[in-house]
Amino acid sequence: MRQIDRTAPLLSVENVSKRFGGTQASSLLSLDLYPGEVLALAGDNGAGKSTLIKMISGVHQPDSGEIRYKGETISHRSPHQVRDLGIETIYQDLALADNLDVGINIFLGRERMKRVFGIPVLDRKYMREESVNALKHLGIELNDLAMPVRYLSGGQRQAIAISRAVYWKAKVLIMDEPTAALGVPEQREVKDLIKRLQGEGVAIIFISHNLNDIFEVSDRIFVLERGRKAGERLIGDTTEDEVVAMMMGRVLDD
Amino acid sequence: MATQSEAPVKPAIPLRLKILKLLTTAWSWLFLLFIMAFFEAWSWSVYERTFFGNLYNVQSVLLTATQILMMALGLTFIIISAGIDLSIGFIAGLAAVTMAVVIRALPDLHPALSFSLGITAGIGIALIPGMINGWLIARLKVPSFIGTLGMFGVTRGFAFLIAGGATVSIRNSVARDFGNGKLFDVIPIPVAVAAVITLVFHYLLAHTRFGLYTYAMGGNIQSAIRAGVNTTRITFSIFMLSAFTAGMAGIFYTGRFSAGAADAGEPILLNAVAAVFIGGASLTGGSGTIAGTVIGSLIIAIIQFGLVFIGMPPFWQFITVGLVIIIAVLIDQSRDRLSRSTMGAS
Repeated sequence: MRQIDRTAPLLSVENVSKRFGGTQASSLLSLDLYPGEVLALAGDNGAGKSTLIKMISGVHQPDSGEIRYKGETISHRSPHQVRDLGIETIYQDLALADNLDVGINIFLGRERMKRVFGIPVLDRKYMREESVNALKHLGIELNDLAMPVRYLSGGQRQAIAISRAVYWKAKVLIMDEPTAALGVPEQREVKDLIKRLQGEGVAIIFISHNLNDIFEVSDRIFVLERGRKAGERLIGDTTEDEVVAMMMGRVLDD
Repeated sequence: MATQSEAPVKPAIPLRLKILKLLTTAWSWLFLLFIMAFFEAWSWSVYERTFFGNLYNVQSVLLTATQILMMALGLTFIIISAGIDLSIGFIAGLAAVTMAVVIRALPDLHPALSFSLGITAGIGIALIPGMINGWLIARLKVPSFIGTLGMFGVTRGFAFLIAGGATVSIRNSVARDFGNGKLFDVIPIPVAVAAVITLVFHYLLAHTRFGLYTYAMGGNIQSAIRAGVNTTRITFSIFMLSAFTAGMAGIFYTGRFSAGAADAGEPILLNAVAAVFIGGASLTGGSGTIAGTVIGSLIIAIIQFGLVFIGMPPFWQFITVGLVIIIAVLIDQSRDRLSRSTMGAS
């Protein structure tokens, strides 16, 4: 097990609750995330995993409780503001613009401009070159950078989404089922990528249904059951059976 | 995903596929050359004289293309963003009759002044349905097909009301010179003006954030929103642009014929839609270029003018343009398949 500095959490969620109509999607959830740590969020469908990450990323505002990043509250910020702070979310459907090339996808919303005869124009060349570097940094090389990303494989697209986050210096990366849509070799590559990012001090929260994946890449597991915390374990201190039991709501600690 | 350790193995692309890919990418250019060669050859074999060597023919083709292009420029943005604007035909008519009515109402003013006021009024009134379209589609999330179909009816009614149900003729030397004059005795003024507007639109689409966001919205609106693109503002702006170019088409009409007609733009609407698709845009959004739309407009203009020139009944142009649209869509689909197979991606 790698040594993680647990003195100061990068991100802390404190007693956060959220209700949608008659459904208590989150009740009094608390968790801490440390630099370079991979935290797995596990739980059955409807356990509140998505609600929790959407509150962190600013999509939903918690009804009560507080979310802090580097000690500063971020509970009532917009998704854009949260992202600018360095908390990047990679959604299941990847959120790439399929018809545009890699460079544009990495820079979308934060384009680089240059001036030609005093007229501002998009600097496509710069963005493409930077994206080559960003991908290389993660050990990825693409043959044709001018291609719309829809022609790339699922793993390559996942890698682009991750490189975008890394290029913009994300300190916290939230990944929603990053391996769900991928073939086995590509799942392998994404898991390697997660480990590489962890080595650079990026903290990662990832949602997964796949216990194998969870045990392979995460340092800690946080189990949710019907909006509540069912349990939290260091990965070395637990077993698949115990995690399944927590997911079913059988073992409730704290 | 090819990692650095394992050298990426590029599967060899068969020559046949390479040629097919080139053909599907450049087909509109090739098609343009083909119909030009066709009419030129016909002209020589039947009339024993040149078609495109004749300045008058070229000017007429360009003027026809300008009418289509003006409406198609704004529409290109809308189709790229995965929308449609059906109201531009009558927005053009509304601008044409408003300009004519204003000029007619000011007979004592200097013609240049009444002409300027007419243009201002025409463009100004054209922007109103553009604003309503933008508001309906961007703010109230009405599907663009339905929203602009509604505005198609509303602008049509107002255009006929303002015109009093008839064609509004004008006598204004400046308007006449604007519609029929030629720069250096060669380039029709509407063609020159349209060329400038086309360059500006090309700049907007290809080189600005605004253009990029238009593509991004057409590709995947969720990803655009997550990237922080203000899709409401972009949608509103492109419907305003579309109304502006349609209004310009109406201004050209009134200048060219010294009369404003409520249905000035109505027959051009479908040709404008066709021009955008022939130029490589896809109905699902996300692709298309201004250069493509220019080629598409030229193709339709040459077909229209050429068929009349070779003495075919004018109704053949509907059939021909219809067939070209179908070819364009088929080629668009095969282009996508080819791109996939040549990438070797799943």
